[in-house]
This record gives sequence, C-alpha cells and structure tokens, in this order.
Amino acid sequence: MATELSTKHVLGIKYLNAEDIQLIFETADNFKEVINRPIKKVPSLRDVTIANLFFENSTRTRISFELAEKRLSADVVNFSASSSSVKKGETLLDTVNNILSMKVDMVVMRHPAPGAHFFLSQHIDANIINAGDGTHEHPTQALLDAYSMREKLGDLRGKNIAIFGDILHSRVALSNIFCLQKLGANVRVCGPPTLIPKYIEKLGVSVSYNVKETLRWCNVANVLRIQLERQDIKYIPSIREYAQYFGITKSMLDDLDKEIVIMHPGPINRGVEITSEVADSEHSVILDQVENGVAVRMAVLFLLASKR
Amino acid sequence: MKKSKTILKDERFALTIDRLCHQLIEKYDNFENTCMIGIQEGGVLMGDRIYARLLAILEVEKLDYGKLDITFYRDDFRTRTKPLKASSTEMNFLIEGKQVILLDDVLYTGRSVHAAMTALQHYGRPENVELMVMVDRRFNRHFPIQSDYVGLTIDALDEAYVKVEWAENGKDKIKLIA
Repeated sequence: MATELSTKHVLGIKYLNAEDIQLIFETADNFKEVINRPIKKVPSLRDVTIANLFFENSTRTRISFELAEKRLSADVVNFSASSSSVKKGETLLDTVNNILSMKVDMVVMRHPAPGAHFFLSQHIDANIINAGDGTHEHPTQALLDAYSMREKLGDLRGKNIAIFGDILHSRVALSNIFCLQKLGANVRVCGPPTLIPKYIEKLGVSVSYNVKETLRWCNVANVLRIQLERQDIKYIPSIREYAQYFGITKSMLDDLDKEIVIMHPGPINRGVEITSEVADSEHSVILDQVENGVAVRMAVLFLLASKR
Repeated sequence: MKKSKTILKDERFALTIDRLCHQLIEKYDNFENTCMIGIQEGGVLMGDRIYARLLAILEVEKLDYGKLDITFYRDDFRTRTKPLKASSTEMNFLIEGKQVILLDDVLYTGRSVHAAMTALQHYGRPENVELMVMVDRRFNRHFPIQSDYVGLTIDALDEAYVKVEWAENGKDKIKLIA
C-alpha cells in the first residue's frame, strides 16, 4: 500500500486517486483512536505552521480544522476576510504571499471563487488544503462523509448513495460525487429540477425528482441545505413548498422496511430539508460526521506534512 | 539470502523472564507507588508476560500497568517507509510522583524509548524512570539511553535484525536475522 499521497495539495477530490483516499481513511482510523485518548494531543506537526484563511464564513469547518491542527501540535494563525486588508483592495496572491513570507508551511483556505486554490497552487510553495471554494469542491467534507459511511457500511463498492437538496449550489455534492464514485459506490442526486445542474448525468450519476422513491433505493441519504445566500434568482417558489415536496420526514423513514443512514453536512435547517425527528433519530450519524471530521482532517494534514 | 538463527528459546527464555521479574521484585518489593508501562507493540507483549508472571509470583490481584502508543511521538515520521500503523494507548493512571518501569522488546537506536519519554510527559512528572528490555543491542545507539534490566545482550552489525517472538503469535524465541 502507498505510504504517501500522490499530490502535494488537496485542492479537490478530482485530483486524488482511490489509493490516496484509502490512505487518508486508514490514517484517520489511527487519529480517531488518538482523539479518544485521555491525552488527545500528539506532537507530530510541532515544526509546522499553518495559516487558516477564511474568505467566507464558517464555523464547523474552521473549528474542525483548528482542532485538528492543534491536536497535531502545529502552530496556527487564523485569518478571516471580514477583518483583514482584503477589504482595502489587496489581491488574493498578495495577501497569501505576505502571509507566506512569515514562513508559513501550509495553507487551509476557504474562498468564494471556484478555482481559487488551483490558481494559488501554481504560484506558491506551501501545501494548500481546500476548505471550500465557492460552488466547486469541499474535499475534506466529502472525505469525512465517505469515512462515516464506510464506518457504518464497510466497503462502499456497489452501495447506493443519494444526495438530496440543492445540488446546483453545493460544493459538498460535487466532492461527494467524485469521492463516492472513486470508491465504487452508485450515486444518485435528488431535488427540484431547478436545483439540479443540467447534464449532471455526464458525471455518471442518476437523477431523480422523487424523494420517496430515492429513499427506497438508497443505503445512505446525504441531505443538503438550500443555500439561499448563493441563489440570485428564485429557484423554488418558497421554503415552505420545498419542505412539503422535498423535506424528509419521520413517516417516510417509517414506511421504509430497511436500514438507512441519514447524513447532513450542516448547518441543518430543521423542518426544511429534514425534520427534527429525523435529524435526531437513530438513523442519523450527523454528530459522528463532526467527530470524524477532526480525525480525517488530522490525517490530511499529517499526510501532507510528511511530504514536506 | 538472509539467514535466521534462534539464539534464545524454551526454558532459557522462560528463565530469563523469571529472572527479570525477580530483579524487579528485588528493587521494588511490593510495587508500592510503582507502575509498569509497555511500549506498543513489542513492549506490550513483553509487558503482558512480565505482568502475568509478577502477579503469580507476588500473589496479588493487580499492579499498575499501562500500554503506551508512541507512533505520533516519533521524530522520524517523515522518513517512514511503511504505512502508518498506530496501536491503542491504555493509560488509566497518572505517573505523577511514581516510579516508572518502561518495557520494550528490543533496545536498538534508542529512538522508541526517546519517543516514549516524550509521550510520558503528558501523564505527569515521574519520580524516576527505569528501562527494562528483552534484548539490548549495544553499540548501535543514537541517543544516550541505556537499559537497567536486560534479558539478553546482543552485539550485532547494523545490517542485522533482531526479532523477539512471543507465544501469543507463535513460539517464545529471540531470532537474529543477518
């Protein structure tokens, strides 16, 4: 088995191969054990400095990355666009180069522009981890989703995974599709026609507009939020109507005569895409996802650092 | 073609374990305020054996015994050639003010013991730390670390490989592969 990643950056799942993903999962198994120890901190990355650059809002991802970094003993600097010189008109490359001149080894970045990380990777030397770029990719989220599925179902080869909701604006959906396909799973997207990108079948996924039918088909339902902040025009008549037609309710799950895993990358809009009973039910692994997020991010950071 | 030679097995192996136990009893008597810590994974196999023998000899129910994983404390993780494989850490006590006996199967460069002592810092300030090993390979040390209790001393070239095998996964023996 490979002992190191094939890439220097984690810009998206698109650039990783199946071996990389397996290596990340196996390394994450080790770190999951570490974060359940009484002493959760290990000194592996004590000589590494990491900058967390968040040009877009985030709570979960940012805290998860910061905890992962701190538990590996890395030095961390945080930056958020709202309180920085970006507001004064500095370009992305200038901002990052200024930070790198202070001898930073790795950059974890979230940026509203798709491809910002790829652009940066061609100009700077530090390892870059994509923590979300616009509506493009969110690789660590997809990795932790797949890791949580693997924990529940074992090997994902041949398993049916459905992604529900706002596929059009979701970077989580795209990264999930790439990741699950590389692991051999069958992927279906389900949502209102206006929120499903045209030609998405070209990626090898199937499309459905029927929630009940898709729930019957899948082993895992990964439910996404409606991203109103990214919607420039009205894609759906109203949130209320969306909840009526596409929300997942307890009675839908009760009608299924099988095991199903419910996932959600957060933030949850309770009562819209899923009801509270579903989010808090025994099918839900939403909080396991959050725990696994730290372990998976530790694995990614550790594996990239060992390539330095 | 590398040749493998068994240099310790059967009765002499068992005698060595017994001797190590008695050496500990001589120094620590009834193990008051003392704990033993095996380094994953070789040291834990050795620790399990020593621990079981000590319980039998001393006729007690329990002594403080922990298992320490040092994978992420190693200073050579960037140059590793094998996939990462960590084991669990089971330390249900603090070592603050205690006498600690570290156990490992083979003392070679001293890097594992060095990493173990870094890891131990998290569990408090021990009164003192001693090291017990099944095999001490003199002359190959990278750190100023020496063992206090030794099962067998082996002088071998750097290219040679010393392996301790335990009945749990085969037979009790020490092999020299060169």
